[in-house]
Amino acid sequence: MRLAHVRKLLLTLICLALAAPAMAETKADRAAKDKILLFGNGSEPQNLDPHTVRGVTENHIISALIEGLIAYHPTDQALPEPGMADRWEHNLDASEWTFHIRDGAKWSNGDPVKAADFVFSFHRILSPNLAADYADQLYIMKGAEDFHKGKLTDFDAVGVKALDDQNLRITLVGPTPYFLSALTHYSWYPVHPATILKFGKIDDRVSAWTRPENFVGNGPFKLKEWKVNEVITVERNPLYWDAKTVKLNGIQYYPIEDQNTEERAFRAGDLHITNEVPLDKIPGYRRDNKDLILVDPYLGTYFYRLNVNKPALKDVRVREALNLALDRDSIVENITRGGQLPALGYTPQGMGRYKTPELMSYDPDKARKLLAEAGYPDGKGFPKYEILINTSESHKTVAEAIQQMWKQELGIDIGIRNEEWKVYLDSQTNMKYDITRSGWIGDYMDPVTFLTMWTTGNGNNNTGWSNAEYDSLIKQSFLEADEAKRFALLEKAETILLKNPPFATIYWYTRVYLKSAHVVNWNSLLLDNHNFKYIDLK
Amino acid sequence: MIKFTLQRLLQLVPVLLIVITVTFWMSKKAPGGPFSAERKVAPQVMAKMNAYYGLDKPLLQQYLLYLKNLVLRGDLGPSFTYPTESVNQVIARSFPVSLQVGSLAMLLALFIGIPLGVLAAVKKNSLADYFSMSFAMSGICLPTFVMGPILAIVFGLWLKWGNVFGLEKSGNAWLPPIFLPALTLGLFYGAYVARLTRSGMLEILNQDYIRTARAKGVGSFRVIWKHALKGGMMPVVSFLGPALAGLISGSFVVEKVFKLPGLGNEFIKGAFNRDYSLILGTVIFYAVLIVLFNLLVDIIHAWLDPRIRQ
Repeated sequence: MRLAHVRKLLLTLICLALAAPAMAETKADRAAKDKILLFGNGSEPQNLDPHTVRGVTENHIISALIEGLIAYHPTDQALPEPGMADRWEHNLDASEWTFHIRDGAKWSNGDPVKAADFVFSFHRILSPNLAADYADQLYIMKGAEDFHKGKLTDFDAVGVKALDDQNLRITLVGPTPYFLSALTHYSWYPVHPATILKFGKIDDRVSAWTRPENFVGNGPFKLKEWKVNEVITVERNPLYWDAKTVKLNGIQYYPIEDQNTEERAFRAGDLHITNEVPLDKIPGYRRDNKDLILVDPYLGTYFYRLNVNKPALKDVRVREALNLALDRDSIVENITRGGQLPALGYTPQGMGRYKTPELMSYDPDKARKLLAEAGYPDGKGFPKYEILINTSESHKTVAEAIQQMWKQELGIDIGIRNEEWKVYLDSQTNMKYDITRSGWIGDYMDPVTFLTMWTTGNGNNNTGWSNAEYDSLIKQSFLEADEAKRFALLEKAETILLKNPPFATIYWYTRVYLKSAHVVNWNSLLLDNHNFKYIDLK
Repeated sequence: MIKFTLQRLLQLVPVLLIVITVTFWMSKKAPGGPFSAERKVAPQVMAKMNAYYGLDKPLLQQYLLYLKNLVLRGDLGPSFTYPTESVNQVIARSFPVSLQVGSLAMLLALFIGIPLGVLAAVKKNSLADYFSMSFAMSGICLPTFVMGPILAIVFGLWLKWGNVFGLEKSGNAWLPPIFLPALTLGLFYGAYVARLTRSGMLEILNQDYIRTARAKGVGSFRVIWKHALKGGMMPVVSFLGPALAGLISGSFVVEKVFKLPGLGNEFIKGAFNRDYSLILGTVIFYAVLIVLFNLLVDIIHAWLDPRIRQ
């Protein structure tokens, strides 16, 4: 054999060796046949107890294991999807609701789901000793706030009653037309009373009931395995009332925090869906692999809080000028590049018939004029303020762009200060900042989840901003049963907020992630709450 | 020898006390707490949680209580990051992973480093020397967060020989899942081992007893293998103690790049989450490892070098 032949043969062999694995079946291919969804879930969940967690990560798992009265609608989150309740009715002003628990609703150990289980669950999350982060979600229920704050000790006085095994009556503080949407939040989920009491008292925060060997749920899936920092596996629950609709045999949740690692795992065929995409990979996917990348609108706002107690920021003209000098289109097109929408208002669009007043615009001339009127012509004499961000490359890039815009348009010098996450939270809560990066994600499909935070003294206000008219409009909205009138009040309130802003709005979030062609029935949802019983693999 | 070992073990006590004290006060001094979150937690909820974990007591009392639980029951306290686990459980589940990766990494480091170092020393100033040492230099300069992704892309994505993440075997990978992370660390530590071996060997090769051996007509391989290597390993052994402690207690970077459920990750998570007991627990564990491995190194030194034994 001549040398050239040997070389050719060798080359062919090497090519074959390299190509062989590329053709082989990946883990995702195999899992798709077995109907096991491989799901990139960001970080390790804190716990799987719906009453003590507070994250999106936890929700992805808990919503597969437990079903509330109302479940997630597969295509439009503004619509109610019957869950444990198959029908419901309310009085004229939507302040008293009766839910009928469906026949055949069972816990995963075979016990029937009863109305009393919900009473027990609401009692549990409102118990002061449980110290539930999200107990305030239930404050719309009569007496709930007083009970949670210890002013009321008899739970019978709280507005929830089991009329019989299947009928549950909930009495609310006032008219709450968005109640069905609020009910989809996991703070309203039921837990299995006997299991809770087997592993502790009703208000024990730390309990072994969420371990896989102990967990009892009522959702389409049940907990099979929990390997901390590795994988959480759920499998089909045969006792689920609608088990015939459930397509998947199981889901594996991988807590991969690093976006690059997750993207590599997706490319290697180890995942069907990722949690995120690294910023620098987005343009590549959008160009070459359009069918793999998803850009879904998401119910969240990215903005900068302005500390209105600072001398210059006290002046509404300055705050307005800071908003007018922001070229939001340029930020989303050149920096974030994930399909985000420029936030022309505070409340994101898409919540039913609510129309966000879009008053924010880019008008540098007007901005300069307002700043001059406030006593800082061309930025002269403007104090040296800083933008506080938590340490992160993407927040830094946005802050630098905004710093540049304010410098260029207004002539003011703003610094950037970064702090590690917990220090940053501390500074923000104690208002030790001038301007701070912030984000807000809605809990359910109603504008109040964005607007109540700006009322005077609200724990999430953190800007010192206070407006009596705004407070009163929000309060009135809670007494209004008619949707159109209610939204009119909220729109009026938001208008006040935007004309006298305690913030600079930047963009409305999107969720950008990767999805393989195996996944079927996956829809873009504003709250990103997917009902896993409808998801399928092919 | 027994007395020497016991003495060194006794030294652990003051060392640990200092480590615990400093870590305790430093972590408590950091702003923010384990329960602060973006969405404000109601003050009464915060108070309840602090009370539950005993964080409402005066600091000195917390400190003494911690010491008491540690000494009497070996209890490292509850973790706030993992509400269903104690810190002892966190370490018990994550340490085995780091131990496996670290041990394999150390083996790889020695397999790569020692031959390269010996080769470089024996063929000093030759092409082989330059090649080995530039390899070592690049190994040291290329941080693991660069090397890790490179290995993951080449061996995981292109060749599909190994895992890009986790401990579950991916697709048709034939390498054990911990191999690529171990190689990432092994290359980095192997580079140091190569340099240390080279300098150690160079020093020994100039010694009189080597010259004597050569003069007696002992073969070149035998001189290196039998006479020089033992002494030439001294700097490597000194390095191995702390290096091994560092390796088996987990590398945060490598665990992040390959998503391994190891101890290095818990260490950093504890600090970020202000999980005071997790910070303390992992620091104490690491300190004990360091002291023990240094002791082990001293014992090996004594075995390698008769002069120390006296």
